[in-house]
Amino acid sequence: MTVSTAAESQALKKTALNKVHHSLKAKMVDFGGWEMPVEYSGIVNEHLKVRTAVGLFDVSHMGEIDIRGKEALALVQQVTSNDASKLADGQIQYSGLTTYEGTFVDDVLVHRIGPDHYFLCVNASNSDKDFAWIVKNNRFDAEVRNLSPEYTQLAIQGPRALSVLQRLTSTDLSAIKYYWFTYGKVEGVDAMIARTGYTGEDGFEIYFTPDESERLWNRIMEAGASDGITPTGLGARNTLRLEAKMALYGHEIDDTTTVLEADLGWICKLQKGDFNGRDILLKQKQVGVKRILVGIEMIEPGIAREHYPVLFKGQTVGQVTSGSPAPFLKKNIGLAYVPVDHSAIGNEVQIQIRNRQALARIVATPFYKRTK
Amino acid sequence: MTKNPEDCMYTKEHEWIRVNGKTGTVGITHYAQKQLGDIVFVELPKVGDHFDTNESFGTVESVKAVSEIYCPVAGDVTEINEAVVNSPELLNSDPHGDAWLIEIKIQNPPDLEELMSAEAYDEYIHDEAAE
Repeated sequence: MTVSTAAESQALKKTALNKVHHSLKAKMVDFGGWEMPVEYSGIVNEHLKVRTAVGLFDVSHMGEIDIRGKEALALVQQVTSNDASKLADGQIQYSGLTTYEGTFVDDVLVHRIGPDHYFLCVNASNSDKDFAWIVKNNRFDAEVRNLSPEYTQLAIQGPRALSVLQRLTSTDLSAIKYYWFTYGKVEGVDAMIARTGYTGEDGFEIYFTPDESERLWNRIMEAGASDGITPTGLGARNTLRLEAKMALYGHEIDDTTTVLEADLGWICKLQKGDFNGRDILLKQKQVGVKRILVGIEMIEPGIAREHYPVLFKGQTVGQVTSGSPAPFLKKNIGLAYVPVDHSAIGNEVQIQIRNRQALARIVATPFYKRTK
Repeated sequence: MTKNPEDCMYTKEHEWIRVNGKTGTVGITHYAQKQLGDIVFVELPKVGDHFDTNESFGTVESVKAVSEIYCPVAGDVTEINEAVVNSPELLNSDPHGDAWLIEIKIQNPPDLEELMSAEAYDEYIHDEAAE
């Protein structure tokens, strides 16, 4: 068999926690040009810990773009598909950074710091591209800065996340609503504390200066020890987000898939006024999309993987974008683009797995939803 | 690291074969399972199928990846290990024992001379890990 060994290229970018990951004997991989931990104790164990207790993730590879100025909102409105004018100070929304064709430059979290100040969290491998795109579209009185190197970002996720993090801050975390943020001190370190995540669980994402990375990582691990906190890698981050049906750039969404095809109509606010790609999306909404992203569950043994063909009565009709065993649900699940005609929940399709076809069913998503 | 059993011969693709007269049982190494992580799915051929040396005879899937497994020497499949198909996690816990994959009738015994001893394989994976 062919096995790939750890990425050790000098060219890879490293987060401030790189040494910590190595000391924890994480399996390191090249993830979009970054040397990142894919797993520490095993993807299944890490996944289950986040569902049942709490996990700590280094997601410092994520990018941060700051937009401020009198027309900051106008710029954000122009480049994103959701309606940022609905945000209050301290509120966050998921949005699409769209092309002129209504496809994705990236998907982003828009944080409103103040009426003239927004903060975007973007995908690691897209941050330079996103920054250039926003600058290119900046015909407004707004200043755009790429602050990606200035932040360490940690995600603390799981049903015990709040109680663990609360031990390290005097900020009342229970007062932060889902998709809101505040500023506070965590172990004396100034941080932006956001109640967001990419796992389908409750939890927080905190942004702070890289200088304090190791100390804060270690303090969170100590504070969570009695709750069974586990360092969690990108492997489990992927299976967790898949169970929660959260899109991943480069898989479900990219510059060939529109916001509506990705079944993200809820972040496509066509009434808000002009934005990049609006005309095309409006037309697509009127005419209807031809293909749509759906969830699938394997009926027969086999695991659907990215790029595997989806067949209906022997004819290829679509393609899998992500697929994996779902460690918590204990099923083999996936996401796929299929023609709208075949997208009804309950429909059976076949997945071409190497030289055989295995039966799968289109199911309602998200596959997993936490009980609140 | 667990020592590689000395009664097996090894391939560069991290399979082992344990010869018993005219047949041999084939599996993947401890090093291979460690690299793959949690193994969740195994696909094996049918009894009677024939494979050439280095031909893919099945797949092992971890949570994140699919890996093909190659036949160390040419031969016909005489038995498959149903236990590992039903419990793929056996490959993580006992890759050189209970989690053998197939038994083959060795077509041409001199082919075995191309394979590595346990000692040579130890050295080989040590070099690969250091790269």
